[in-house]
Amino acid sequence: MSMKKNIDRREFLKRLGIGAGVAGLALSGCKGASDTIDKRTKGGEGEIPTDSMTYRKNPRTGEDVSILGYGCMRWPMTTNESGEEVIDQEMVNRLVDTALAHGVNYFDTSPAYCRGLSERATGIALARHPRNSYFIATKLSNFAPQTWSREASVEMYRNSFKELQTDHIDYLLLHAIGVGNGMADFEARYIDNGLLDFLVAEREAGRIHNLGFSYHGDIDVFDRALAEHDKYKWDFVQIQLNYLDWGHAHVLNPGNTDSEYLYRELEKRGIPAVIMEPLLGGRLANVPDHIAGRLKQREPEKSVASWAFRYAGSMPGVLTVLSGMTYMEHLEDNLRTYCPLVPLTEEETEFLHETAGLMAQYPTISCNYCNYCMPCPYGIDIPAILTHYNKCVNHGYVAEGSQSENYAEARRAFLIGYDRSVPKLRQASHCTGCGQCSPHCPQSIDIPGELQRIDRYVEGLKRNA
Amino acid sequence: MLKRIRQVVAVVSIVLVTLLFVDFTGTALGLFGWMAKIQFLPAVLALNVGVVVALVVLTLIFGRLYCSVICPLGIMQDGFGFLGKKSRKNRYSYSAPKNVLRYTVLVIFVATLVAGVSLIPALLAPYSAYGRIAQSFLAPAWGWANNLLARWAEAHDSFAFYRTDLWMRGALTFGVAAATLVILAVLAWRNGRTYCNTICPVGTVLGFLSRFSLLRPVIDTSKCNSCGLCARNCKGACIDSREHRIDYSRCVACFDCIGKCHKGAISYGLRRAKAEASAAPGPQAAADSGRRMFMGVAATFAAAATLRAEEKTVDGGLAAIEDKKVPARKRRIVPAGAQGHRHLAQHCTACQLCVAVCPNGVLRPSTGADSLMQPVASYERGYCRPECTRCSEVCPTGAIRPVTVEEKSSIQTGHAVWVKDNCIVLTDGVACGNCARHCPAGAITMVAYGPEGNEDGPKVPAVNTERCIGCGACENLCPARPFSAIYVEGHENHRII
Repeated sequence: MSMKKNIDRREFLKRLGIGAGVAGLALSGCKGASDTIDKRTKGGEGEIPTDSMTYRKNPRTGEDVSILGYGCMRWPMTTNESGEEVIDQEMVNRLVDTALAHGVNYFDTSPAYCRGLSERATGIALARHPRNSYFIATKLSNFAPQTWSREASVEMYRNSFKELQTDHIDYLLLHAIGVGNGMADFEARYIDNGLLDFLVAEREAGRIHNLGFSYHGDIDVFDRALAEHDKYKWDFVQIQLNYLDWGHAHVLNPGNTDSEYLYRELEKRGIPAVIMEPLLGGRLANVPDHIAGRLKQREPEKSVASWAFRYAGSMPGVLTVLSGMTYMEHLEDNLRTYCPLVPLTEEETEFLHETAGLMAQYPTISCNYCNYCMPCPYGIDIPAILTHYNKCVNHGYVAEGSQSENYAEARRAFLIGYDRSVPKLRQASHCTGCGQCSPHCPQSIDIPGELQRIDRYVEGLKRNA
Repeated sequence: MLKRIRQVVAVVSIVLVTLLFVDFTGTALGLFGWMAKIQFLPAVLALNVGVVVALVVLTLIFGRLYCSVICPLGIMQDGFGFLGKKSRKNRYSYSAPKNVLRYTVLVIFVATLVAGVSLIPALLAPYSAYGRIAQSFLAPAWGWANNLLARWAEAHDSFAFYRTDLWMRGALTFGVAAATLVILAVLAWRNGRTYCNTICPVGTVLGFLSRFSLLRPVIDTSKCNSCGLCARNCKGACIDSREHRIDYSRCVACFDCIGKCHKGAISYGLRRAKAEASAAPGPQAAADSGRRMFMGVAATFAAAATLRAEEKTVDGGLAAIEDKKVPARKRRIVPAGAQGHRHLAQHCTACQLCVAVCPNGVLRPSTGADSLMQPVASYERGYCRPECTRCSEVCPTGAIRPVTVEEKSSIQTGHAVWVKDNCIVLTDGVACGNCARHCPAGAITMVAYGPEGNEDGPKVPAVNTERCIGCGACENLCPARPFSAIYVEGHENHRII
């Protein structure tokens, strides 16, 4: 209700503001005037209220989870004295403080994130606050075959407690079931070694409050896990959901499954959904120019990204929407969207689905820059290459042919930008096609195929001056 | 007035020649490529009769104008001389010619050139000496400044400038350039054109011609009061003011004396008096290896995480990449258009223009005794790309003859050799084929390895040496490091396939 009131007040003040401009300082002194002035000087970028976060109830525990969850996969990095890339802890602390102050209470990390540094950094930042003011979600990221044994996996699990400085994990996930060799890997990682049974026991012991899994890739694994819901009693499931994947995931890549199916399956069973990739690693924020124009036309003062967050948040079965916010600006923009959430109308949802149809026509590669494919043993910077390519597609720098109108400009932008974004030795021309990366891709991208396609395109550009 | 014109033309001329060496984008080549081709010695070597005749005629009419406005090394020395004169006025004096030395050097020069001992001509030739200086010092400076601009452009999302690699092409050549620069700078600072009038073979030849030039500075003895101001400002040390004589073989037509004379006794006009020749001393030396001064900013792989990929986890950062090393080639690779080792050796004066313009990091000066400082190809930094013929376009001496892109695609400069022990298909047990994918000649096919019937087994590259052109794409893009699993062996004589 507070949300409704808020809007009314805002609307009221907006109208009032027109008069206020004429009436000069007639309203000075009252709170409304400062709001108005804020609006007049900062547009959509005014102060963010600290008491308006939208919350969702966990149906089993009854706890209130903020609709905005903090994804800890993309913490800001910096270089330390010895030249190593490390997490910028000072910045992480500030981000966490800001998030908590505005009501964010769900923090999602993993032993694999940020080259294994995320859990510790997250733990350090969170331990500065009362333990009951936030929920910790982490995962059993036993991707490497040498961690498939029960001992190694349990050790990884126990280590998370240490890194996160806690005696219980609020939300624990089996990490990305369905990737790699699908069912075989799922069984090797969690079933054959008795690990899932162990985790169920841990939940009974109270060290895990909620047990769930995150899913990518092979749909059979997802279906099987849900079929065994009665046995394992999943408290939540983390799925990829956004307005592009809702109906277009299988169009963009036949190996993937539409979000609609995943969501409906959970809805049927009353399992709360945690949403990942609501923004597709930023691809729904950095959209082709005319798509951005289309969204801005509807909501000139709102960010392009806000549409994606409202979309994911508007689903009633969603517990929280994760966003990997690297910069304070990301966090603030998301807080603006969710403090409070203004759910999409049916018409707006339809508008986004239409937008998705337009976006699906762009030949961008569905990489969300999660870095799961890295490191490439031969030194290729896969995400950087795909990022550059997608950026060029969105900016219209991928020319159809040497006869096209902007060929010279597009060629220069593509080639110079390529050398800037990716060191020569890490470019696609060095891809051996060994294929070690592909099984790790949550988006099931045929990575060597795409790299070699991009390389052929680059070769064409170089030869056709 | 004449002096002013000379200065302006000289500055424009040296700037244009220098641009050829520093502009890595290739724009200057298209516009001013001819500046390198009108240099005297390169024109002689290229049998460019038109240019040689034109320069001879120019000298017969105007004197050694070539030395004062076309030769970049001469203009560079005038620059140092200018600074020297700032520090002390009227610092020069007349000296007797060193004809024995001059002609001896010339004879040695011609003899070695004919005999195919390329090192001595390369060291003595003025344009080449300047080229080495420009390539060694000015090109890195230009590149560095460009990279600053590129960084700025990058920050502003502009594509106006892009980064270029800075790397040391050859320590020896760098050392030679440094020694040349220091020696010439000192000589020019103190005594003006000592080098040009004592050592430079081009100066000697043109000096011989300019004794008969139609136009020349002449002293009007009726006006001259023998004050000697002209002689003390003559960078050629060729004015004997007491005798009222000018040694026209050493006069480089700079016109400085004309303006200096308070009495208006010197004028540039038709020959009247006779004059004799003379010269002054001055050594020119080669130097040995210089120290590495410019760090290759080059492919700087951002403080790469040293994670090797044996543990294929997720989100693992970047694998470290080892630098490639030069394989031990039996024969060196020389660029298409050079026709072969002998043709290149006989025509190249080691000016480094081809090395400076190579956009792919392929050409560098050779360190071989018989080809010292001449261009040689290697593929650690890049390969000889099919669309590029820049070295052949710029070469002023015809050492690398012009070839078209189409011609180049069928000139075999070497052939690829597979090194089984390095191939990742066998060492790492993974599929590859990157060499075959990138061979522009289609000379590599991936074939099953092992006994027949093993069609599903690993596939390794098979090189059809008849189709291979030696461009090095396979060697450069081979994932095996530091030594590639496929490398190019050079051919002594190029052939058309």
